Amino acid sequence: MATINVLILVCLGYVVFLFAVAFAADRMAAAGRGKWLRSPLIYTLSLSIYCTAWTFYGAVGNAARSGLEFVTIYLGPTLVMVSWWWGLRKLVRVGRSQRVTSIADLLSSRYGKSNTLAVCVTILAVLGGTPYIALQLQSITLSFSIFAEADPSGLYREGSSVFWVAAGLAVFAILFGTRNLDVNERHHGVVTAIAVEAVVKLFALIAVGVFVVWGIAGGVGPMMERIDASEIGQWNVDAGRWTTFIFLSAAAFICLPRMFQVLVVENDDEGHLRTAAWAFPLYLLLMSLFVVPIAVVGLDLLPEGANPDLFVLTVPLSQGNDWLAMLSFIGGFSSATSMVIVSAMALSTMVSNHVVMPIWLNTHEGTGSVSGDVRSVVLMARRISIAAIMALGYFYYRLSGGGAALASIGLIAFAGISQILPALVGGLFWRGATRTGALVGLTVGFIFWIYTLLLPGMGEPWMPETVLQNGLFGLGWLRPHALFGIEGIDPMVHTVMWSLSLNTIAFCVASLLSFPSPLERLQGAQFVNVFDHSVSPRGWSGSVAQSEDLMIMTQRILGTSPAQDFFQTEAEKQGGRSHMPEPTPGFLNRLERELSGSVGTATAHAMIGQIVGGSSVSVEDLLAVADESAQLLEYSGQLEEKSSELSRTARQLREANTKLTQISEQKDSFLSQVSHELRTPMTSIRAFSEIMRDTEGLTNEEQTRYAAIIHDEALRLTRLLDDLLDLSVLENGQVNLNLSDDSLRSVLDRAVSSALAGADRKITVRRTFPAERILLHTDLDRLGQVFINLISNAQKYCDAEEPVLVISAHDVGGRVIIDFTDNGSGIPPGARSMVFEKFARVGVDKAGGAGLGLAICREIMQRLGGEITYLPGQGGAAFRVSLPLAFQQAAQ
Amino acid sequence: MSGEGNKDKPSGARPSLFLERQSYRRRRLTDAARLSPFLGATLLALPLLWPDRSSGGAAVPLSSAMYYIFACWGALILAGLIFGIAARRISAREERDADIE
Amino acid sequence: MSRKVLLIEDEPNIAEAIRFLLTREGWQVETHGDGTDAVQVIAGAQPDLVILDVMLPGKSGMDILRDIREMEELAGLPVLMLTARGQSRDREMAENAGVSRFMTKPFSNAEVLTAVRDLHAQATRL
Repeated sequence: MATINVLILVCLGYVVFLFAVAFAADRMAAAGRGKWLRSPLIYTLSLSIYCTAWTFYGAVGNAARSGLEFVTIYLGPTLVMVSWWWGLRKLVRVGRSQRVTSIADLLSSRYGKSNTLAVCVTILAVLGGTPYIALQLQSITLSFSIFAEADPSGLYREGSSVFWVAAGLAVFAILFGTRNLDVNERHHGVVTAIAVEAVVKLFALIAVGVFVVWGIAGGVGPMMERIDASEIGQWNVDAGRWTTFIFLSAAAFICLPRMFQVLVVENDDEGHLRTAAWAFPLYLLLMSLFVVPIAVVGLDLLPEGANPDLFVLTVPLSQGNDWLAMLSFIGGFSSATSMVIVSAMALSTMVSNHVVMPIWLNTHEGTGSVSGDVRSVVLMARRISIAAIMALGYFYYRLSGGGAALASIGLIAFAGISQILPALVGGLFWRGATRTGALVGLTVGFIFWIYTLLLPGMGEPWMPETVLQNGLFGLGWLRPHALFGIEGIDPMVHTVMWSLSLNTIAFCVASLLSFPSPLERLQGAQFVNVFDHSVSPRGWSGSVAQSEDLMIMTQRILGTSPAQDFFQTEAEKQGGRSHMPEPTPGFLNRLERELSGSVGTATAHAMIGQIVGGSSVSVEDLLAVADESAQLLEYSGQLEEKSSELSRTARQLREANTKLTQISEQKDSFLSQVSHELRTPMTSIRAFSEIMRDTEGLTNEEQTRYAAIIHDEALRLTRLLDDLLDLSVLENGQVNLNLSDDSLRSVLDRAVSSALAGADRKITVRRTFPAERILLHTDLDRLGQVFINLISNAQKYCDAEEPVLVISAHDVGGRVIIDFTDNGSGIPPGARSMVFEKFARVGVDKAGGAGLGLAICREIMQRLGGEITYLPGQGGAAFRVSLPLAFQQAAQ
Repeated sequence: MSGEGNKDKPSGARPSLFLERQSYRRRRLTDAARLSPFLGATLLALPLLWPDRSSGGAAVPLSSAMYYIFACWGALILAGLIFGIAARRISAREERDADIE
Repeated sequence: MSRKVLLIEDEPNIAEAIRFLLTREGWQVETHGDGTDAVQVIAGAQPDLVILDVMLPGKSGMDILRDIREMEELAGLPVLMLTARGQSRDREMAENAGVSRFMTKPFSNAEVLTAVRDLHAQATRL
């Protein structure tokens, strides 16, 4: 009798062996060697994680109870595999071209990258997956206990063994499932270990079968007689369960996260499906070939009440064939471990990608831009997720007590995960399927599954007996096992029928009623017409021919010699047998990085993808390319803007130049004006002073007259110089304003008296004294200067018989307006625009002015925040002065 | 028919005709592959019509049921194998055609 | 024989100074202060010499000069031009227009007298 300690040793040894296999496979894959790692055989064998401990042990138990019904669980997947050409092939193509990481990712991707949908699927998968993992743990524990019972000396405690098994599996999954973060999410190590386990479990079951048929029954003929003679020896199958289970297992085969992982995500080559299409059904056939014989012999040999679920172990044990039992145990152990590892990996990918990462990215917005940073976070999230999922499974097992409740978990999980089917199939074959439809259908199916199957299966605290008997809220038609009053159906069939049909109806109706987003419609087209949009993928195992294509492309982008240098270096790095590097993933990644520097990340990825053919261009890629183009457009827009800015600057420069030329001309003309104005009085002065000096016999009269002329002209010169100085100070803004308060009236009083003092011509000034009672805060002297100028201008130039100047003042909302209107003929229209210019003079009369007065007035008014304008149409010359009541600095 | 039209062409007609026939065969083969799961499902549903214990009469013995079901299963696997080999040839040709293009 | 000079100048004081100087030299001096009708005045007065200011109200001295050089009977008339602007460009323009002598204000009285004498001597010698 094999002791429990030997068993544990064998177990540990087996696990170490698996570690070694996985490690070696990972090493070989990383080194680019080991083509057989990617062979169709490995792919087919990896699919065998479908056969869990539940099927390894449970199939015999099921057969012992219900005859051939167990076979439905294998027939469903067989049908799926046989229809690979239009079913799985599409799924795999879509999965690869969209670089899908999980079933949740696939649905999210199909329905416009909806993370809500992904989260829903993830929750569903975790809910269905956790009890399933617990079931595997239970099967290992049960098989342990069989040996423990037979060997009382062994130190075996059930609780701790489950814990250590769970922990060990978690470590394995973490070590090989999260070792690297591959875009393609392929794990050669794990897959290879699973393939080994697949061989082990098949071999174990067949060994037990052969032992039973030829060792115990004595050949095929006697075996068949024995079968017909047994209590299950007659065809007795419930039609509803038979068809439902075939359908259900087919659905679960596609929808189970772990199956999706090995079928689609780990798929290296679409061509593998060709082989798996017949090889995997063959594997399933072999797995189920000896189930009935073992069950029948078990029922015959073992005492009444023996657990038929463990016949695979107990039959050899009862015959004293310990080593066969040991082998059988290892087979069961393999089934359990491979399922748990892949399940944990697949679920952790979903949890980390769709739950943890979105949350992390949200909370670390802006800081997580470093890709290395995110990478380590993803890996950590995966590791923690695996541990958490294993812990969930462990606690579920502990809490449920590992009783009979677990036995039906397999089918319950199948029914739950199958709720994905309508959204999945609809997404692949119907372009009209929408996100809303998928969400509604999934929710409806999910609720019905929980209500009619999961909760009743969990028993009393979750589903009270009264609800089971009388329906929710006492409504009879809501009884979980007899919805809508239809009774007498098997609970499993009942659930599958209602939940999936209502799910499908809800999915279709909501899809028809809702309108998809543009991204959703694009993705829908990409998925449904995947064969039109993608090339037949050949995997990363590219040929040197691809390298040449890559070289041509790279030359176009980087230029000839940088491209050749890059390829040369890469070829040398790879060992340098040829001048062209093999398109290994590492090389492709480096090339992509190199190219992305020139054309952008998304474009580089899409270009390499096109040539290597590992994936077609997804909508996401296209959108990213569009983004980059938009950036380029923006850049060229900026360039355009720059060039228009340049031409604007050039225009401004031209304008400035013109202005400068004008200013220079103005300066020239100003200078020549000044020169003229200075030289003219100087000419008179010089001429008369020479006359007085050189001419003898000048009369006294003459002398007085000439001296007077000299004096007048000298005064004129002085005035001119004063004005020029004044103007230059005002124009340069160097003037210091001497602000004070006084009424407009007194300012005008002073101006009138000083302007008219000593005037040779009389002018009548009419004022509106009451209106002049306005208080001003400004430079009163400067303002007075303006007034004097205007009054003396009127006095000098008004050509009326009886010259009259009217000064009127108005207060207009914070500003004061003073009009100076005389009754002369005014300024001719052509000269009006000129009067405020320097040296502008109207008329022939040269009454001593240099033509600077009004120019000075204009400057002063600008300084005071006001203005001076000529008012046409007033019957004479009319000037309007307006200024703020209170001077403000800002007005300057 | 396009085949006859091709025959009149002096050159390049033969491969084209050959391809026509090939692609026609290919299409019928995929049709068969599409149908096989339905055929399988029908075959596997057939046992439901058999008399069982509840019908009172002589039920079909389990051994016969096993023979039938495993035979169907085997036939499906064989069909899959044949189609798989054919598909390999098809895709190899498609790749070659793609290379020629 | 009476020598007649026509002085076209808008500054009354300058005109008076020149009139004083030339009258004492025996010239008959006529003055005119506006540019607009200066050409007609010149043609009508038939002076022996014209003293022409450049900056005149109505019409500039340059234009008047060009006009009288166009007229057959006035083409050879000696013209002394006075300007207060003092730019070399003005001198060029005046010479192109056919000026006999160009002087910048302020001038010395002796200069004016010498110029008038020279111009008259040249004109009578011809």
